[in-house]
Amino acid sequence: MAMVDEPLYPIAVLIDELKNDDIQLRLNSIRRLSTIARALGEERTRKELIPFLSENSDDDDEVLLAMAGELGVFIPFVGGVEHAHVLLPPLESLCTVEETCVREKAVDSLCKIGSQMRGSDLVDSFVPLVKRLAAGEWFAARVSACGLFHVAYQGCTDVLKTELRSTYSQLCQDDMPMVRRAAATNLGKFAATVESSYLNAEIMTMFDDLTKDEQDSVRLLAVEGCAALGKLLEPQDCVARILPVIVNFSQDKSWRVRYMVANQLYELCEAVGPDCTRTDLVPAYVRLLRDNEAEVRIAAAGKVTKFCQLLNPELSIQHILPCVKELSTDSSQHVRSALASVIMGMAPILGKDSTIEHLLPIFLSLLKDEFPDVRLNIISKLDQVNQVIGIDLLSQSLLPAIVELAEDRHWRVRLAIIEYVPLLASQLGIGFFDDKLGALCMQWLQDKVYSIREAGANNLKRLAEEFGPEWAMQHLVPQVLEMVKNPHYLHRMMALRAISLMAPVMGSEITCSKFLPVVVEASKDRVPNIKFNVAKLLQSLIPIVDQSVVDKTIRQCLVDLSEDPDVDVRYFANQALHSIDGAAVAQS
Amino acid sequence: MNGGDDEDVVAASADQSPPLQWRFSQVFGERSAGEEVQPVDMISAIEFDHSGDHLATGDRGGRVVLFERTDAKHSSGARRDLEETDYPVRHPEFCYKTEFQSHDPAFDYLKSLEIEEKINKIRWCQTANGALYLLSTNDKTIKYWKVQDKKIKKICDINADPSGAVGNGIVANGVPDANNSLLRLPVVTSHESSPVAKCRRVYPHAHDYHINSISVNSDGETFISADDLRINLWNLEISNQSFNIVDVKPEKMEDLSEVITAAEFHPTHCNMLAYSSSKGSIRLIDLRQSALCDSHSKLFEEPDAAGSKSFFTEIIASVSDIKFAKEGRYLLSRDYMTLKLWDINMDSGPVSTFQVHEYLKPKLCDLYENDSIFDKFECCISGNGLRAATGSYSNLFRVFGVSPGSTETATLEASRNPMRRHVPVPSRPSKLGSILGRGSESAGVDGNSNNALDYTTKLLHLAWHPNENSIACAAGNSLYMYCA
Repeated sequence: MAMVDEPLYPIAVLIDELKNDDIQLRLNSIRRLSTIARALGEERTRKELIPFLSENSDDDDEVLLAMAGELGVFIPFVGGVEHAHVLLPPLESLCTVEETCVREKAVDSLCKIGSQMRGSDLVDSFVPLVKRLAAGEWFAARVSACGLFHVAYQGCTDVLKTELRSTYSQLCQDDMPMVRRAAATNLGKFAATVESSYLNAEIMTMFDDLTKDEQDSVRLLAVEGCAALGKLLEPQDCVARILPVIVNFSQDKSWRVRYMVANQLYELCEAVGPDCTRTDLVPAYVRLLRDNEAEVRIAAAGKVTKFCQLLNPELSIQHILPCVKELSTDSSQHVRSALASVIMGMAPILGKDSTIEHLLPIFLSLLKDEFPDVRLNIISKLDQVNQVIGIDLLSQSLLPAIVELAEDRHWRVRLAIIEYVPLLASQLGIGFFDDKLGALCMQWLQDKVYSIREAGANNLKRLAEEFGPEWAMQHLVPQVLEMVKNPHYLHRMMALRAISLMAPVMGSEITCSKFLPVVVEASKDRVPNIKFNVAKLLQSLIPIVDQSVVDKTIRQCLVDLSEDPDVDVRYFANQALHSIDGAAVAQS
Repeated sequence: MNGGDDEDVVAASADQSPPLQWRFSQVFGERSAGEEVQPVDMISAIEFDHSGDHLATGDRGGRVVLFERTDAKHSSGARRDLEETDYPVRHPEFCYKTEFQSHDPAFDYLKSLEIEEKINKIRWCQTANGALYLLSTNDKTIKYWKVQDKKIKKICDINADPSGAVGNGIVANGVPDANNSLLRLPVVTSHESSPVAKCRRVYPHAHDYHINSISVNSDGETFISADDLRINLWNLEISNQSFNIVDVKPEKMEDLSEVITAAEFHPTHCNMLAYSSSKGSIRLIDLRQSALCDSHSKLFEEPDAAGSKSFFTEIIASVSDIKFAKEGRYLLSRDYMTLKLWDINMDSGPVSTFQVHEYLKPKLCDLYENDSIFDKFECCISGNGLRAATGSYSNLFRVFGVSPGSTETATLEASRNPMRRHVPVPSRPSKLGSILGRGSESAGVDGNSNNALDYTTKLLHLAWHPNENSIACAAGNSLYMYCA
């Protein structure tokens, strides 16, 4: 490490502030722990700074969290890997604090350090630490211990390995559900490091215990273990030992466990392989799709496409499709919404004929759903729809839905549909768009809600980009220019906003010939808000138009505005004038 | 402690333990004669922790006071144990540990409502790292507290001179000194320690109505809070979201006929909880069944006693408190006139019913007039499940033997002399719908107590020590403890 080259005084302040009463200052010092360590040098860091930190682990959680994070990358500052063990004591005490996020960070950092430590150091200091934590009096220590076994286990002697396995098995049966939950969460990681000979015997026994735990909260974490362990086991063992567990879980009394199965379904299928998926998991999945708890159906419905990808089309049509039909008329809007967001992905799997025969009716009924979320989810996947059923069929059913959504009474729904208009435009093509949607786009500019007007203006810009300036010149610009004469000043302002957004897309020529005269005219508006928006708009036009236009028209208009009676108008006019001067200086 | 296995004890009804002889043990905050009780000092919640080594009380002023057991917290040396066997009855003794301001008065600006600071309920959570944790709630906001002995720290030996004149030579010469030996780490010296309470989390804005109960789950990570119409499920670590698991709010508030009065988790089954209603029913729900537990898995109701309906029947049926017994098989409930013990495997009716203050029956009209009929008395059950206690007026509370065949009853007054009023209150436990002659005996009660019953001194809050025969109860601002 380099010798001290920073001035010492700031360091001294940093060190003092490690114990300042102000938490912000302490936090600041802890975050710059590496600076302090560099100033102290490796030896003093080992002998003084680290012990100092170990003794002061009753600080505020924020400080402890920062400390736990810093220590994880501290190996270079204590003199490299051979001294890494000095970092363990402070992290060990952080592993026992009550705040979960601090503990998790400390465990993280310990894993980082442990994985770099030399084998002998690991045995001498890391493994004893894990054992101490695992035997801790309070559950916090034991919870932390669960996350460290996978690091400790590697590079251990056989005797120690046996001991670690038996300790872990004790943690799986701890009195405290919190500890058992931690053991269940980390079982997969630990199992990945254990030799396969012990996997079948010992690890699977622990796993079996956890899957039978009386606490729902433990069992539902064991569901994730199914996927993790399944990948480690030989296929036949997996089928013999994991598959029955998954099938059982899918019929668990607790809906939260079934929910986890539905959520993890794809990973579970991967673990057991395609054959078992077809034979055993299809019935399980069908049950989940028909679960009496809506939350479970939501999770299951969201996995329809991924699951069908694992099956062949016949099985999908035979078993899954009937459920999908039921779900499309489910009593819970959230279930229908989840289905709507993925159902289009089924089209390529089923092929065109089956899609038109089976999927299209479902799709159309979802498009007419009474809840806007459901319809929006369908529309957002429009490109996929188009590919499969073609634009004609689509537009017949789609347009009424879109028009309805565009006039929905919830402005967030209107906002969402505006976001999709450019996508729609690209899919439908120019001709189609002109007839049906052009009017809507203009209507949004005069919406009652500002966000919608703003989004509408932005939409015009995106349409101009999509279809090109010429099209915009014909279909958008005249209406926008018309709006500048609107009696309502908010609408006039929105027209100016649209102009400022469209100008860069339309280019210099159209801006000068069409927009600029209108803007200059607007600078004589009687409402100050319009006038200072004109000033802002003119400022934004400066880079677009020629210098001559700036000098001739824009500057004069701004000078007029800078003498306006209203202070805001003068302010923005002057801002714009400054930027003209700035641009001129930059050019010269 | 008595009775390692409750089931056995309860089953062995033949050999009854002799009736307990209650004695005064301690009092905190005793009122001297003629002293006015300040409303803010009135105790509004009492709770022992799971070990019985700590006791918490909450008051109308939003304060939580903790007491610590003094007689049981020494190292369990073998010799000491042997010595103690010479003194068979050692009753628990508590001393003041600390207090803190849990809630402050607040104002809901949206609804123009004052939010009282009064502590409605206190529940202890899992002890960890030598610190105590508890939840306290007022009408709207639940708070999670950590109480820990903190060392008082002194920091010395810092680099910068406090006077700021010379930085200990570091900047004296203006040139950065290359010798880092001048840098010193602060030295922290600590001596005595004192309990410090710190609010770890606040769970706000989840209740439209007044919170009447909180209960911690056996899974150690969740708890519920119940108001008049809804029960919410929280994760202890997440304070900004909760899940609504029970909602009894009808579509139109005019249709409202029943409100939730209390809710409690089963002591061992993390998926089960019970809640009681103002109509006198108790519902057991299973969280595994569905996310929104609108349908109960079991309903416990007193079968309608034909005929005897009056204007007050419905009002006095309202359950004011429910408590699971330690093992979770039995459930105790209190309504205005009675204490009932239920077996959760038997939903046809209560196992037994105990009349708390039968002699008030003729006076229901007066009690209605002065609103006393809406008083919410709490109840508690002993750790071994053999006895239960609940409060009444005139600072009296009653203890009943609840094991089958037991006829034990006791009436105590929350004072230094609990047996002062030795009143033969008519209250043999009456099984299923009490057919007791009441006329003469209840008259005797009134005759015995010279002064008329005092409705203002009511004993609402009390708690039974989890593993000893010791009861803590609140009389106004005073905490009385009795043991047997």
